[in-house]
Amino acid sequence: MSSAFSAVYARDLRLALRRRVEALLPVVFFIVAVSLFPLGVGPEPQTLRQIAAGVVWVSALLASMLSVTSLYTGDYADGSLEQMVLSGHSGFEIAAAKAAAHWSITGAPLVLAAPLIGLLLDMSASALGTLVISLLLGTPILSLLGGLGAALTLGLRSAGVLLILLILPLAIPTLIFGAGAVGAVDAGQSAAGHFSLLGALLILTALTAPLATSFALHIALE
Amino acid sequence: MNQPIRWFTFAAPSRFYALVNALNPWLWAIALLLAIAALYIGFLVAPTDATQGDSYRIIFIHVPAAWMSMVLYLAMAFWAAIGWMFNARMASMLARALAPTGALFTFLALWTGSFWGKPTWGTWWVWDARLTSELILLFLYLGFIALVSSIDDMVRGDKAGAVLALVGVINIPIIYFSVRWWNTLHQGATISMTAAPKMAQTMLLAMLLMTFAFWAYAFAVVFTRAQALALEREHDAEWVRALRTKGKELQ
Amino acid sequence: MIWSSWGDFWHMGGYGLYVWGAYAMCLVAMLAEPWAARRHRQQALRASARHERVQ
Repeated sequence: MSSAFSAVYARDLRLALRRRVEALLPVVFFIVAVSLFPLGVGPEPQTLRQIAAGVVWVSALLASMLSVTSLYTGDYADGSLEQMVLSGHSGFEIAAAKAAAHWSITGAPLVLAAPLIGLLLDMSASALGTLVISLLLGTPILSLLGGLGAALTLGLRSAGVLLILLILPLAIPTLIFGAGAVGAVDAGQSAAGHFSLLGALLILTALTAPLATSFALHIALE
Repeated sequence: MNQPIRWFTFAAPSRFYALVNALNPWLWAIALLLAIAALYIGFLVAPTDATQGDSYRIIFIHVPAAWMSMVLYLAMAFWAAIGWMFNARMASMLARALAPTGALFTFLALWTGSFWGKPTWGTWWVWDARLTSELILLFLYLGFIALVSSIDDMVRGDKAGAVLALVGVINIPIIYFSVRWWNTLHQGATISMTAAPKMAQTMLLAMLLMTFAFWAYAFAVVFTRAQALALEREHDAEWVRALRTKGKELQ
Repeated sequence: MIWSSWGDFWHMGGYGLYVWGAYAMCLVAMLAEPWAARRHRQQALRASARHERVQ
């Protein structure tokens, strides 16, 4: 693994570890958001089980989008982003490292928190297992897409809301296949098709999003 | 005189502005004539449908609007890419001018789709694959408009818009595929809303005529908006000053 | 001619509300949009004058 990737990745992790509370806010949001649904829809276990996969997935999506706004803002503010991008290192690597760091800090905890959340919504064991795998495949995609959104909206006034508006439509296929996997298992079918599609989406996004993000960073810094 | 065609001549805002002034009257005339022809055939010649009665006549604006919404997005992405690649600001202005019209057609596709769905399916909204995809397309348009309007620096806005539009174009097939997948999983074997099993010749003709009418309309209105954007961006240019004084002379 | 009277035409076999509701929105939109674009162009031209005076 190249030095630029590991340097940026390690730096982001170190910075996040220094602010552990801030780093965990997205997970807290995730739990709160999911808990709102029973309060809004009613505590009937049957209903909750039906909407559970969708609720968890949408909440994970929103938690991911909300936390990704700050991906580049800190470095942008103190000038280190400019140093990184103009240093001659591959913009692709920097963007990929940033997305990987975001996933490690936000996405992975969401995946770990999911089983707990699933129990709140009375999901079956098989559904829970499928949910965790779907999130494992899907949250990296969200981090990659979020990174692109963050780069496009860098330094803008309403960057947070704007980012969500830009990226959510792009994240819809991931949502459909992720939540759909659980739906398939609930209906007694295999989720293999959904997982393959998620996997393909992950590969495609991993190959293209950092490139687009790199362009967006150069454009924002010009 | 064997001069090669200067493709980039209309990249100059002043020449583009003049070209539009020459073309637009014709475009409006074509749009009006084709629309009248389409409506004539659609309402006075095409027969009543056996299954859907007369409600199917919404198809003469629903399908053209949906087609335009997709074509205009491709055009928007294309011109944004050209503007980015060749540093041609008129191309980027054209992309910005296309977005609101594209969004409008998307809205019209959704509105007419809804008004068609209510008598046919009983509800004002159906989450069928095509309408849902149109809704997502509307979000993509709004996202583009929001992004370029939020960026004060025009050049940065042009380029960021180009990146977003191109990412959108790549994603549209993926989104459409995933929505169709989602739709068949949840609805099973329901007939798609926009499936017209047997289109009489007259129905097809009316629909095609209206599509071309919409196309001419779109050219005209997008060009007008592009003129406005050119005036704004080039406000201190000589040609703009000349336009102003000429306007005053004519008054 | 497939309509026996104007009344029948507006009635649209019972679907009048839906058909005309759809067409009316299109008409309104396709009149408002060019009007707005034209106004935008006029305002842009006038605004350029203000810029020049400031300079």
